[in-house]
Amino acid sequence: MTTRIRLCHLYPDQLNIYADRGNIAVLRSRAERRGYELEMIGVGVGEALAPECDLIYLGGGQDREQALIAPDLARRTEEISAALEDGAALLAVCGGYQLLGRGYRDRTGVEMPGAGVLPLETVAGEGRMIGDVSIECELDPGEMLTVVGFENHGGRTLLDSGAVPLGRVVSGFGNDGESGFEGCRLGKAIGTYLHGPSCPVIPGWPTGCLDRRSRALSASRPSSRNSTTNSSTRRTRWRWDGRGSAAGSFARRGSS
Amino acid sequence: MRIPLVISTLVARSAGAGSRLSRKGGGTTLPGRVLNALDPGASARLARRLEQGSAIISATNGKTTSAAMTAAILASRYRLAGNPAGANLSSGVATALLHTRGAELGLFEVDEAALPRVAEALKPRALCLGNLFRDQLDRYGELELLAERWRGVVAGLAVGSTLIVNEDDPQLAQLARGRAGVIRFGIEDARHGGPLPHAADARYCSACGVAYDYRLAYVGHLGEYSCPGCGFERSKPDIWAEAITLEGLAGSSFQLHLPQETLSVRLGLPGLYNVYNALAAAALGHALGARADEIAGGLESTEAAFGRSERIAIGEKELLLLLIKNPTGANEVVRTIVASGTPKTLVIALNDRIADGQDVSWIWDVDFEPLLDGLERLIASGGRAAELALRFKYAGFPESQIELVPRPAEALDRGLALTEDGGELVVCPTYTAMLELQKVLAERGHADPYWQRAARAREESGLPRSPK
Repeated sequence: MTTRIRLCHLYPDQLNIYADRGNIAVLRSRAERRGYELEMIGVGVGEALAPECDLIYLGGGQDREQALIAPDLARRTEEISAALEDGAALLAVCGGYQLLGRGYRDRTGVEMPGAGVLPLETVAGEGRMIGDVSIECELDPGEMLTVVGFENHGGRTLLDSGAVPLGRVVSGFGNDGESGFEGCRLGKAIGTYLHGPSCPVIPGWPTGCLDRRSRALSASRPSSRNSTTNSSTRRTRWRWDGRGSAAGSFARRGSS
Repeated sequence: MRIPLVISTLVARSAGAGSRLSRKGGGTTLPGRVLNALDPGASARLARRLEQGSAIISATNGKTTSAAMTAAILASRYRLAGNPAGANLSSGVATALLHTRGAELGLFEVDEAALPRVAEALKPRALCLGNLFRDQLDRYGELELLAERWRGVVAGLAVGSTLIVNEDDPQLAQLARGRAGVIRFGIEDARHGGPLPHAADARYCSACGVAYDYRLAYVGHLGEYSCPGCGFERSKPDIWAEAITLEGLAGSSFQLHLPQETLSVRLGLPGLYNVYNALAAAALGHALGARADEIAGGLESTEAAFGRSERIAIGEKELLLLLIKNPTGANEVVRTIVASGTPKTLVIALNDRIADGQDVSWIWDVDFEPLLDGLERLIASGGRAAELALRFKYAGFPESQIELVPRPAEALDRGLALTEDGGELVVCPTYTAMLELQKVLAERGHADPYWQRAARAREESGLPRSPK
């Protein structure tokens, strides 16, 4: 029996910059390798989230595209919160991450309201934060992961006191270049600046986030999680120079 | 105190000679960097010596090829100064200007982000804008920002200068609206159009923000669009291609409509994207006074520019180099490869240096999937070979058929070893990986170093050898 995982992709026409499509492809592949069918539902401006959704995905966009969807997203506070309370997992990257906070204040002081789902706000800063970034995070208690990606943002994201970051910056800027925090976690919701895409570099995600359908899923969940993740990335420090173990399972030839 | 031009140019040229002598490189940018540092106004003064003025080509994709085609069109008419080795930042243009002795017309390809500065110095009589795709957001910032800067460049063009735009790119068509002295080019052949691809950039009207209706798209977001919000729409171009026949990797042929006449053109470069490059060159050549026969002759005689679908014989085998650098360009390369029959072995080399774009996530926006049907082995190379392998894994390509060979030279050897005599090896490198391969090929005597080829290109375009 195939269990269906319902993914709502918010604003696929506007928020689709660099590798958001990769995230969707990875989610689909991971789901399928676990024997689940991924039902992808694009949700545009003015459209409602599909009922009973298991995953919500929100990508990044350029300023113009973000401005096009921001008013609509700001009206979804209750809708998204209800879905999260109902057990849905959420991944928001870059622009989507910023706009899930209370808002974005640009350099002239103009405020673009956000959905207010995540306990944070973002203010424009001097210069963009661009480059490879690696963070350490603990998605499952006691299990430290090094997650890497690429960041490219002008906004500085400030977490409310008590808010939980996704991880600590090892290298790169993270939320604001100062706090040492990257991203934000709220239950099964994750917001992050890491793209690259982020799913392949958050090993196993969203495996741990699929508990919502626990009755259906636990019955059919594969015994070995490694079989369904990028095994070489689990608990392994990714290195980005091609000499690392990131793709250690591929045949290698040539240089040592 | 300003350093006299004669001194600063002498010092700068010596730096270039030193660079070539020390075999560190071709000296295609160093002299210009020295010149810009000694005297930031030197480029503008050198440019004023060109009695026929200057022309500039900028685009995200295809500017090197368009510039090569334009040079071929104009070669019999003018002695040209230019930057055929693709050194297209302000330093590369300044270096080329150091070699202007005897040249009448400057013809420069210019990096998208460097355009404002270079246009300010050169005050071009003709500016050709080919396309604007998202590429290297890590370096350029957002596409909108770039379009905004280009708007400034267009506004600053001298009265009487000609603006040439690709009418199929709505952002560029918008830039040209209402301006006098515009030549618009485009494709008029619905058979080659399709739906707007997922990686398309300009989905929303830059005037009113409403999503464009695309009747069809040819390459990325280049196509026939109209805005249901404000009514802005593509208009019939002044110069266009129709009745296009694509002949896989061998090239294409099409009918080229110029304002006064129509001619048949056979292009030796593959793909619809090269038809766009040819249209840009034809329109710019037309703006600079070339006759129809010069345009056709120039287009037909143009060979691949430096690593863009370049063929190199290696013993009994042939190497085909196809540069990839952003989703739209790579998608067109994939489309062209598939049209000719997917090879069994493919080498892709992904680097992440500044010239490649440090953010390699763009590979996830490329449709590599059509290659999987027929591909037996992928040799993933370059500094980010591992991510390329991961991309193909998630595309559904079996891991057991992927080899990781990070060093491009070794990947080339491995690919050649898997290629039978008489066969062709297709290699798709990013920019700096291509430079690495070119260097290896030159060392092995299969190809000339790029600076020698640049010098030869200068010579062929009628320009005397650079001074000692």
